Amino acid sequence: MENSVLIKTEKMVKKFPIGGGFFTALNDINLNFKKGEFAGIVGPSGSGKTTLLNIIGSLDVPSEGSAVVMEKAVEKLSQREAAKLRNKYIGFIFQTFNLLPVYTVFENVEFPLLLQDFSSNERKEMVKQALEWVKLSDKEKSRPAQLSGGECQRVAVARAMVKKPQIVLADEPTANLDAKNSHNILQTMEKLNKELKTTFIFSTHDEKVIEYLHRKIRLEDGQVVNDEIITSN
Amino acid sequence: MIKFLVNGLLRDRQRSLFPILIVAIGVWITVFFHAYITGVFGELVDTTARFSTGHVKVMSRAYAENQDQKPNDLALLGADQLMSDLQQQYPKMTWTKRIQFGGLLDIPDENGETRSQGPVAGMGVDLLSPGSTEIATLNIEKAIVSGRMPQNPGEILIGDNLAQNLKVKLGETATLLTSTMYGSMTMYNFTVVGTIRFGVMAMDRGAMIADITDIQQALDMVDASGEILGYLENNIYNDEEAAVIVDQFNANYQGVDDEYAPVMGKLRELSNLSDYLAMGENFSGILIFIFIMIMSIVLWNAGLMGGLRRYGEVGIRLAIGENKGHVYRSMIYESIFIGLAGSVLGTLLGLGSAYWLQTQGLDISSMIKNINMMFPAIIRAEITHETYYIGFFPGLFSTVLGTSLSGIGIYKRQTAQLFKELEV
Repeated sequence: MENSVLIKTEKMVKKFPIGGGFFTALNDINLNFKKGEFAGIVGPSGSGKTTLLNIIGSLDVPSEGSAVVMEKAVEKLSQREAAKLRNKYIGFIFQTFNLLPVYTVFENVEFPLLLQDFSSNERKEMVKQALEWVKLSDKEKSRPAQLSGGECQRVAVARAMVKKPQIVLADEPTANLDAKNSHNILQTMEKLNKELKTTFIFSTHDEKVIEYLHRKIRLEDGQVVNDEIITSN
Repeated sequence: MIKFLVNGLLRDRQRSLFPILIVAIGVWITVFFHAYITGVFGELVDTTARFSTGHVKVMSRAYAENQDQKPNDLALLGADQLMSDLQQQYPKMTWTKRIQFGGLLDIPDENGETRSQGPVAGMGVDLLSPGSTEIATLNIEKAIVSGRMPQNPGEILIGDNLAQNLKVKLGETATLLTSTMYGSMTMYNFTVVGTIRFGVMAMDRGAMIADITDIQQALDMVDASGEILGYLENNIYNDEEAAVIVDQFNANYQGVDDEYAPVMGKLRELSNLSDYLAMGENFSGILIFIFIMIMSIVLWNAGLMGGLRRYGEVGIRLAIGENKGHVYRSMIYESIFIGLAGSVLGTLLGLGSAYWLQTQGLDISSMIKNINMMFPAIIRAEITHETYYIGFFPGLFSTVLGTSLSGIGIYKRQTAQLFKELEV
């Protein structure tokens, strides 16, 4: 399993209708992501990073070619099956944290587990463990509004990791953080990547993030122009 | 999951308190206005029936054609026999004769000269017969402001305002100047024994109530009556039942070519209340329809606004792996909870305010001084069985409908927004 391919795209094309024609956001994408990778998709705005993450996250489907995630062809999944895939195997971390403001830290982290068949005690243990990973055990009763930006993003990491997903998709996770918090969060994610062998895929153009990447995939105009292994996993 | 959603709902006042208040206010208005409309129209029908038309009314054909003028020269003859026939044919109904008349009431001084004088709109009703229902029907005892009920022939009650204008005291003589059934002038002395106020401006303005036997003598109308009024069983008006009786009665005289032949009409036709009553009957339906539409639009918008605010929540729920159907259903469940809470609260508030108007009443006499309809001077709400649920179901329905519509919008927009959020 160590080197098993979790994500595989083949001749993947994504087109969006614009006016009377189509805009090609991704063109002929052939990528594999193995278990435990710490990879980043980098490139300028409009290069197709988000579109690629959306498809890997089964939030969108390719127009041509295929994207297989956890042995499921994304383009063939129903809405319900796509939701199930996300629920079971994929965690998301967003630039703007997207925590639910009316819930406590504990409840925010617990939420993904509510969609699965865990008992109350199991959920409690898992949430406590996730909060320990991100060093926020003392904040479990706080609301997001009472936390700093760095703490909010650590909660988001805990929420993405609590169900121990195979894949975590992080969209500009440090964009709203200062340098210190950025490094903290990246170190936390790197540690989780090593300990849990979770595959992290970043979409970023933040140099701080790029420093941590073990693999850097450069996208330009919807095409992979460089796929570089920086550090062996 | 349910606990999680309930916690979110209760903690987020803009998701719970605000929509509950909107629903409650809408339901409150609906319940209150339903009771108000029911009360006003019910009172209008009741007042008209009691004072003017009965549930059905028998007149001569010629009288019926000119009934606004109260033409007693065209009155029914052989009224006692006709009354007897009606009583026999419709034994469950109450039948009563009335004579309405106009004239001048003259108050003489100690020398017999006119001290004061004023026009009266009088009514001869059965006040003195044992078992007469007229005192109860017209609620005369409660309407007495001063003095007492007539107990002997020749005694009358007059409107309290009229008594003040004429400066007449109880026990004084009042002379009625009017014309007989045959067109000759007549003067008849009465004794004023009481003053009344019915609370119906059309009645109180120059009111004079006398026993019908006195009026028959005064107007030379022995065994004649301007009108015979009939009241259905339990004194509850039923238009369909009245129509059947009217058709039956009039069929008996279909081939009779006599303008003095009796003809029967029912309350709706006689009082020109048809349109009002039809409006009253439809008003609740119209009110509910408008309410549902407005509330749906308001709640739709509230739902959209709330949805926009909850963009992140719905987006993250979809991203985490909750399927759209589950998100949508949870919103519907929320709306059912909100609809129920708002509808219960609104119904309670509506019933409370309607009860207040039902018991306290609202005096509008100063606003209807010149109205000739039998319009009650004190309007009251009336709480019926319908009042208890008239706002409840629309409140619940419109909340769920509004959320359903806004939920569909959020669905589409949320997915797009989620993609946008992920965009670099």
